Amino acid sequence: MHEDLIIAGFGGQGVMSMGQMLAYAGLTEGKNVLWMPAYGPETRGGFANCTVIVSDMEIGSPIVSHPRSIIVMNLPSLDRFEDSVKPGGTLVVNTTLASRKVRRKDIDVILVPATEVATELGDLRAANMVALGAFLECKPMISFKAVKKTLQKVFANKKSVIPLNEKALERGAEIAREQRKARSAV
Amino acid sequence: MSNKVLMKGNEAIGEAAITAGCRHFFGYPITPQSELPAYLSKHMPKVGGVFLQAESEVAAINMVYGAAAAGARVLTSSSSPGISLKQEGISYLASSELPAVICNVMRAGPGLGTIQPAQADYFQAVKGGGHGDYHNIVLAPESVQEIIDHVRLGFDLSDKYLNPAMILLDGALGQMMEPVDFGDYKPELQEKPWAATGCKGRKMNAITSIHIDPRDMEAHNIKLQEKYSKIRESEQKCEEWMLEDAEIMVVAYGLCARICKSAIRVCREKGIKVGLFRLISLWPFPEKKLDKAIDKVKEVFVVELSAGQMIEDVKLVDNGRKPITFHGRMGGMTPSVEDISDRIELIHDRITQKVG
Repeated sequence: MHEDLIIAGFGGQGVMSMGQMLAYAGLTEGKNVLWMPAYGPETRGGFANCTVIVSDMEIGSPIVSHPRSIIVMNLPSLDRFEDSVKPGGTLVVNTTLASRKVRRKDIDVILVPATEVATELGDLRAANMVALGAFLECKPMISFKAVKKTLQKVFANKKSVIPLNEKALERGAEIAREQRKARSAV
Repeated sequence: MSNKVLMKGNEAIGEAAITAGCRHFFGYPITPQSELPAYLSKHMPKVGGVFLQAESEVAAINMVYGAAAAGARVLTSSSSPGISLKQEGISYLASSELPAVICNVMRAGPGLGTIQPAQADYFQAVKGGGHGDYHNIVLAPESVQEIIDHVRLGFDLSDKYLNPAMILLDGALGQMMEPVDFGDYKPELQEKPWAATGCKGRKMNAITSIHIDPRDMEAHNIKLQEKYSKIRESEQKCEEWMLEDAEIMVVAYGLCARICKSAIRVCREKGIKVGLFRLISLWPFPEKKLDKAIDKVKEVFVVELSAGQMIEDVKLVDNGRKPITFHGRMGGMTPSVEDISDRIELIHDRITQKVG
């Protein structure tokens, strides 16, 4: 097993913490993991992205130009990363903030109105968990169980937000499941 | 499950230093290493240590000199331009034979440059950097776990040889998070009877780098050179990875070595016999093992995040025996895995005479 993922959005959408959560969860499952932020002269609200690698092998290069999966949380990230997904890979799009059509035909595309769903659930900050839930439904690189366990750890001092985040994960997974079912029925 | 925690490279430097018995840090902030002083500003006071943000890099390295002279395990860190500012002080540390660990989380230069990963400070780190005939001990980790191991080793070697040790990494290694295990390490702190700790009841200890009489200065230089010979003899470190049957040997270190490992895996799947010689100690240069390894391969391929600096030391060891090719990226750009594996394939095609 060797999976690599880039998560991209704007600063404040929780893309860094989403990646760290995956890495933590991978660690609890005994995998080799790596999390790397794209760093540079960043501005508030500007580009934010990170790379997560989960593997059974020793992890070599931390720099991945064509990852198997990409989650984009806004339109500039979709524009920037659509072409980078490895053929046959997975692209999760937060359609609330990236409403244009995806051009690629050689990848698995999951469209999730993550920000909208999170707002409905009560807090738009949980949009990252909606997207993560959708992603993990398609690419079970880490079990939901491990991610939920990690939520308990991350929010140990803020237990009140755990149910919302769990709900967001589940709703994301549900949307992805329905979408795949509908597509295979066509 | 093991006691692994997920940690950023820069923070790991700080925690490793604390576990190595370091209680003194002097520095000045600069990206991409600022998580390290941030970490130590929080954690040094908890263990009764000193964290001090100096007014400049020059001040910081001279505070390091003072603490080292008083017998403390002391750390400073910066990124390329800041390390340049520290060079005079590092030369003084080397001449006064004072132990200290200096971390350079490299960025791309020259000048102010950019904060993305680079390995263009190799010459500065291994050939001296400051004025005079001296060497730093230089270690180049490739992972967050190895950062911890090297910081501890750096303190030990520095104390053992009374010589500054430099940990040379880059912004990507400093920023990335990986699982690490600090183990139940206990530092072996040496007695330092030479330290300037106040001479009440004993003879004065003088620590200096000035020897006015040139005969004395030459004798001091000879003593230093004898020490460097001993370090060269005993402290060369490297990793030989998939080299057993290799026809092509990639030579790299740090972040670049990891990119090369991924590329080598790609090439191995295609049946190309290629392996990696990874430098762990940049000074002393691991010439003994490299010398033997060169004998067994057909061609050497050096990859660096620079215009080609470490390759000069590889050429000195090779001494014209085998062809050496080079690929380097500069300015904070890193080669992709595909970029390296394609080049290895080209070398393979050439030596198996498919082309040319």
